[in-house]
Amino acid sequence: MTLDSKIPAGPLDRKWTTFKNNAKLIAPNNKRKFDIIIVGSGLAGASAAATLGEQGFNIKCFCYQDSPRRAHSIAAQGGINAAKNYQNDGDSVYRLFYDTIKGGDFRSREANVYRLAEVSAAIIDQCVAQGVPFAREYGGLLANRSFGGAQVSRTFYARGQTGQQLLLGAYQALQAQIARGSVKMFPRTEMLDLVIVDGHAKGIVVRDMVTGEISTHAGDAVLLCTGGYGNAFYLSTNAKGCNVTATYRAYKRGALFANPCYTQIHPTCIPVSGNYQSKLTLMSESLRNDGRVWVPKRREDCGKPPHEIPEEDRDYYLERKYPSYGNLAPRDISSRSAKEACDDGRGVGPGGRGVYLDFADAIKRLGLSTIQERYGNLFEMYENITGENAYERPMRIYPAVHYTMGGLWVDYHLSSNIPGLHVLGEANFSDHGANRLGASALMQGLADGYFVIPYTIGEYLSTQFGKKVDPHHPAFEATKKDVLERTRKLLSVQGTRSVDSFHRELGLLLWDKCGMARDKAGLTEALEKIPQLREEFWKNVRVPGSGDSFNQSLEMAGRVADFLEFGELMCLDALTREESCGGHFRTEYQTPDGEALRNDELFAHVAAWKYEGEGKPPTLIKEPLVYETVKLATRSYK
Amino acid sequence: MNFHLKVWRQNGTSGTGKLVDYEARNIPSEASFLEMLDIVNEDLVSKGEEPIAFDHDCREGICGMCSLTINGVPHGKDRGVGTTCQLYMRKFKDGETITIEPFRAGAFPLQKDLAVNRGALDRIIQAGGFISERSGSAPDANALPIPKPIADTAMDAAACIGCGACVAACPNSSAMLFVSAKAAHLNLLPQGKPEKDRRVLGMVRQMDAEGFGNCSNYYECEAVCPAHIPASFIAMLNRDYTAASIRETTSATA
Repeated sequence: MTLDSKIPAGPLDRKWTTFKNNAKLIAPNNKRKFDIIIVGSGLAGASAAATLGEQGFNIKCFCYQDSPRRAHSIAAQGGINAAKNYQNDGDSVYRLFYDTIKGGDFRSREANVYRLAEVSAAIIDQCVAQGVPFAREYGGLLANRSFGGAQVSRTFYARGQTGQQLLLGAYQALQAQIARGSVKMFPRTEMLDLVIVDGHAKGIVVRDMVTGEISTHAGDAVLLCTGGYGNAFYLSTNAKGCNVTATYRAYKRGALFANPCYTQIHPTCIPVSGNYQSKLTLMSESLRNDGRVWVPKRREDCGKPPHEIPEEDRDYYLERKYPSYGNLAPRDISSRSAKEACDDGRGVGPGGRGVYLDFADAIKRLGLSTIQERYGNLFEMYENITGENAYERPMRIYPAVHYTMGGLWVDYHLSSNIPGLHVLGEANFSDHGANRLGASALMQGLADGYFVIPYTIGEYLSTQFGKKVDPHHPAFEATKKDVLERTRKLLSVQGTRSVDSFHRELGLLLWDKCGMARDKAGLTEALEKIPQLREEFWKNVRVPGSGDSFNQSLEMAGRVADFLEFGELMCLDALTREESCGGHFRTEYQTPDGEALRNDELFAHVAAWKYEGEGKPPTLIKEPLVYETVKLATRSYK
Repeated sequence: MNFHLKVWRQNGTSGTGKLVDYEARNIPSEASFLEMLDIVNEDLVSKGEEPIAFDHDCREGICGMCSLTINGVPHGKDRGVGTTCQLYMRKFKDGETITIEPFRAGAFPLQKDLAVNRGALDRIIQAGGFISERSGSAPDANALPIPKPIADTAMDAAACIGCGACVAACPNSSAMLFVSAKAAHLNLLPQGKPEKDRRVLGMVRQMDAEGFGNCSNYYECEAVCPAHIPASFIAMLNRDYTAASIRETTSATA
């Protein structure tokens, strides 16, 4: 099997235009003949549903929350990048493209990233027209802030609630289409399998989470906009319900899973405080604009209150190690540096797993009111969770799993290798390489939904005239039967351990062996332990209640069962990638001063995994990353 | 810490529910309220009982999914600090009795135990809580300068997380704070002006059709709102609604 990324020919900056000029269109009177299934209602899903619905397609949109407005895109705080160059500080489409490619440690596809940078400006126009209340200056024009991994100020924001405001914009556009009748919304409905008819994705099996009813839905194309798999680690900044089920089920039906080992550990989260903890809370990376990260120089100072540690006894390690980017070094580098400081015994707070993020200098320089205006809600949140006032003593932060760059493999059209199955947003692998820069997730979700899929879906749909799938095709019933059987199995084990206890155990194992730093021995060990844990799960899990009712334990059980398989794929990918790049840091492969050491000769490729059946190892299929414009360079933020 | 819980249990949308007593033992003071319920649920599962169903998702105070009425107050005693998920057990006294109920309102049918259906709020948005705009045809974002105070006030209104605590707190089960926040966010901005009258008429009428009550200025909504939406937006909505109604009778609605 070879992978065709379908990248248009021609110079990089003309590829998207070339594509659009030659794209296959669906005439307005034909659009209403096509039914499109969209799973997920976050930035990617809601924007795609709203845009395609507005164009005249019939959309069915599904989400597991009680309203599409609650998708986890809502929690993104810091902002969204766009190459507007409103600050006149030297930004351009090329620069945003280059920053993103470099930030991704040269492991993403050039043409996709360029397109992302190219449509970024239109996203801001679109959102402002919808009424997204971005921050503004007194002159009435839009304000910007800077973000990690960039030397220009190109991030648009709405206080610390940028994700919320962008999602509400897309959600409102979606609601308008629901009112028009072009979109039918299915809240509290979870996708449990993908239906393949003659090799094409033609429907899904879902569970109504209130009644427990399992039903099938047929469509001409399926779009998965189901987010990332960070909750494999149990503790993450993801919402509790975020899961890998939709993409993993698609993988088991033949879709390739690309780069599952690329996970992003966000540097600025509130540290773990106990084993009862259900999630980790992120503090926007924008805090690093004004906060200075430090730990004590000496281990014996760690127990002292921070104000008793004089300036000369503090190690501002990011400023020391990366003078040109300082506290704005990219996420992977900042996270790893925090881990190194704590591994060195210089961490602060309970368990020594924390570093300080200090605003004292910024308050002195800008005044308390400016800091309050910029980050007020974040400081409030911090105080509420920790009981500490960050205006008076530095915040304690520690890295946490936050985003997953890996996802289902897609070509330039956002189509997976299964015809008809398209994947958008965090659920695909395409734009962030081995590390995502801050304020780029919102950009990608909206780019995919508003501006890419509306153009590219025609490539597939134009081949499907007159091929409407029969909703009574035996494939639907067969897939539904698989789902029912799986549900029955989960309920019938009736063991002694709760679903949550398995999830926690898996999470700890992955965090330990496949987290911020990985090595061969640890990954090999994880690959032995995960199947054992999975076996125990299917022998000893206890799922109370029944399948035909509102049953949150059953929902979680299905998701955790998938994480227990997926975790293995993640470790296998991490073991196979014998290099360090971005968020994937293999301790065996580092430079003498501890930086990630890539191996471009052997690993400048996308690792796409093909499911081969129960108990069989998956096959690795490589898509070489061909750089026509950019020269592969060692990433340096010094 | 230990707590004595009285939790509303109700199986499914129909049927009757009741408060059931549970003991929450050895709860760390740093645990959030939902984490306390997680611990109680783990205990229930280990005893072979069905865990308590409750809505939650982001657990960082922004998605609006969590919806518990704690000791009679939506999102709990820490009025206005945040959502249920942002309430921490250190705020309670050891040994305290805590009553946990769903967000109650006629327009929020109960689904199970503590989970309710707030689809009515989505339908109010469908009735006008948006700006009609075609993807890909927007003018440059800076082509339309918006004075900072206007943009800031619109943002204050836009901060609503749609949790419905305002409805649960209101003796009339009115959704006026929710509706007024969305209307104010969009009506204040120049982009939202063309549809302003249609918006307020549509949203208010849908609110009535869903069975939400009228506002009679109790201000309970403002007191419990985790997003600090001020009740002054209700006054703004009343004015806009009156103006739109008058224009409607003279066929001059925007």
